[in-house]
Amino acid sequence: MLTPKDKKLILEVCTRVTPVAERIGADALNRLFVVFPGAKTYFSHLDISAGSAHLRSHGGKIVLAIAEAAQDIGKLNETLGPLQTLHAYQLRIDPGKFKLFSHCMLIALACYLLDEFTEEAHAAMDKYLSAFTAVLAEKYR
Amino acid sequence: MVEWSDFERTTISNIFASLDYKDVGPKALSRCLIVYPWTQRYFASFGNLYNAEAIKTNPNVAAHGVKVLHGLDQAVKNMDNIKATYAELSVKHSEQLHVDPDNFRLLADCLSITIAAKMGSNFTPAVQAAWQKFLAVVVSALSKQYH
Repeated sequence: MLTPKDKKLILEVCTRVTPVAERIGADALNRLFVVFPGAKTYFSHLDISAGSAHLRSHGGKIVLAIAEAAQDIGKLNETLGPLQTLHAYQLRIDPGKFKLFSHCMLIALACYLLDEFTEEAHAAMDKYLSAFTAVLAEKYR
Repeated sequence: MVEWSDFERTTISNIFASLDYKDVGPKALSRCLIVYPWTQRYFASFGNLYNAEAIKTNPNVAAHGVKVLHGLDQAVKNMDNIKATYAELSVKHSEQLHVDPDNFRLLADCLSITIAAKMGSNFTPAVQAAWQKFLAVVVSALSKQYH
């Protein structure tokens, strides 16, 4: 359950990372592939080596989608409609991977924001990412 | 038996060698209690845990955080036999403390994030992988004696 304070913190974090979306996104994805190598199986068609253009552009896309949806969290279902369809029918990424990516995203945020990634901000982002990924997986079945 | 590469052994010892227990311990435990509030169920005797501020400044939480972090020292010293090292502690968590072993993973994740926030870019993906592997082995060992 996201409180008004949570939503404020989420917006603050998302505003901070929007200008560096590619950097954070690439870092989160890179961590995912190194720590949980099973995730690499979904990217055999891309060059996902550290620092690659694909990693940066793909990572950036993901972070920007997360940041954009944070502008109106009450409308997640609406905002994520097209992404829901994409993931359910085309990408078909096992939803367990969303949890692993969320964890790597939190680590990337911690490494970037350092002390600014307070306990409260961490809690708010963790809750937001759980809600986001739950909505993302809704059309799977 | 768990196989450790030289990189993994070095990474783990380096992290612990420069670890500020009095800072990281309390931070990791209070982060766990704040981010996963249901974990507070095990700390009813700790006093005021009503909000994040109270948890962050609670001396019982701080002391316990240091204790838990030092609990990892045994694993660092016995990396080739973590399972046996924690057999007794596992029994204790199961029979005496009645802690759901899923909580070990939650605390481990909070510890990783605390360390990441301290090390910044030095917490590289490779370091993260080694660190998480170490914690996963510890968590598995602590969960082993539950029946």
